[in-house]
Amino acid sequence: MAEHGVAQIWRKIPSMYNVIGNHCTTCDTFYFPPRPVCPKCRRKGHLEDHKFKGLGIVHTFSIVRQAPDDFKTQAPYVVAQVQLDEGPRLTTQIVNCEVTDVYIGMRVRVCFRKITEFGHAGLILYGFKFEPTMKVTGHPDR
Amino acid sequence: MVGIVGYGVYIPRYRIKTTDIADVWGENGEAVAQGLGVFEKSLPGPDEDVATIATEAARNAVKFGKVDAKHIGAVYVGSESHPYAVKPTGTIVASAIGCSTELTCADLEFACKAGTAGIQTCMGLVQSKMVKIGLAIGADTAQGRPGDALEYSAAAGGAAYLIGEENPVATIERTVSVTSDTPDFWRREGEDFPSHGARFTGEPAYFRHVEDCAKLLFRTTGTSVDDFDYFVFHMPNGKFPVAVGKQLDVPAEKLEDSLVVRQIGNTYSGSAMIGLARVLDVSKPGDRIFVISYGSGAGSDGFTIRVEDEILGHRGEVPTVDDYIQRKVYVSYAIYAKYKHTINM
Repeated sequence: MAEHGVAQIWRKIPSMYNVIGNHCTTCDTFYFPPRPVCPKCRRKGHLEDHKFKGLGIVHTFSIVRQAPDDFKTQAPYVVAQVQLDEGPRLTTQIVNCEVTDVYIGMRVRVCFRKITEFGHAGLILYGFKFEPTMKVTGHPDR
Repeated sequence: MVGIVGYGVYIPRYRIKTTDIADVWGENGEAVAQGLGVFEKSLPGPDEDVATIATEAARNAVKFGKVDAKHIGAVYVGSESHPYAVKPTGTIVASAIGCSTELTCADLEFACKAGTAGIQTCMGLVQSKMVKIGLAIGADTAQGRPGDALEYSAAAGGAAYLIGEENPVATIERTVSVTSDTPDFWRREGEDFPSHGARFTGEPAYFRHVEDCAKLLFRTTGTSVDDFDYFVFHMPNGKFPVAVGKQLDVPAEKLEDSLVVRQIGNTYSGSAMIGLARVLDVSKPGDRIFVISYGSGAGSDGFTIRVEDEILGHRGEVPTVDDYIQRKVYVSYAIYAKYKHTINM
């Protein structure tokens, strides 16, 4: 039996696995999620796909303690608005840290995680979340 | 010459102490930890599995190697805990790291040595000019039945190696394998946990294959223990690799740097590959590394590797094995059981 929603999930894979938006070369503005038309430049705009570096800061956040069924094993967890270095903000989970350690302005980077699964026999949905930047031995900024 | 053009690892942040597992089953935790040589182990977070671990390791490998993922022509993911029974993990990884669709891909399974089998496969494809760069990954979220001896060591983690010929950070001088039908450890279709032959997993299985493969590698390369600076053996626990090292007259200091099993447990397909990554993290150009993996069922893959000057220009870009080992948080047995899905909801 065909599973409902497979095509819809498949279409979203590129923008869920990586933070891919677009960039208007006319006004030098970055967008996430990607826009069909630059809202500033309209017909004069020229949009190109852009893969974001995946670095940013926590703009604001909330701790979810009463989680929906699919997320109960993760509770409590943090849902945040992350401001990417290139400008756009997106809503995402913050993982790999204690919920009480998250703060506004916290430096975060993109990571790859399981988002949800459609039952024991269904598809598993993967995508990006964010985590605190971690120590990298030998890196000049750390 | 074919070699490693990039490598990366990923180890989840969660740890459980051997003593905390032993407490649940009424065992003497200190004695178990000392006996096994495993003091704590990693476990996957609630939203982590082999696909996410493999992807994180592969992203680190691509960044370390400074390669364009679109030049990767083959992706092999070795694991015994693939998220799907039917649907490849490798396609998820390839898509997530930005590979082109013009590649060959497959999931491999050979207990704990499927990742090194992937390295050998990539070597063949690169040397025959079928692909420019191959990606071989060994990753697992290892299963151990609650209360079984395996529960103390079965851990989560993975390593990814990019195999190519242009500017390798380490050249692979020779690879050999030893394989036989030895039923020391298995998991039947649909079963949640593996079964094993207890003491049978030692002498006729791990020790015989690792020793035979090591001796074959020494013989075919005309080398001896003295020709190598580091040794890496598969680490089902902390005891076996030390014991096989003694049998081969390997000085303890040449083995010590690879023994990540003490802090993270046995990451199955990731085990020897993370041990090798730990050695690559600390080695100097010119150092020679002797690696023997082991997979139950059973077989061993052996490699002699020479570290090249190129490695110096790549360090500091991605977290080292030690960076991941040090990034940790301890969880209770109850949280461990929840994250390992042994609590049914």
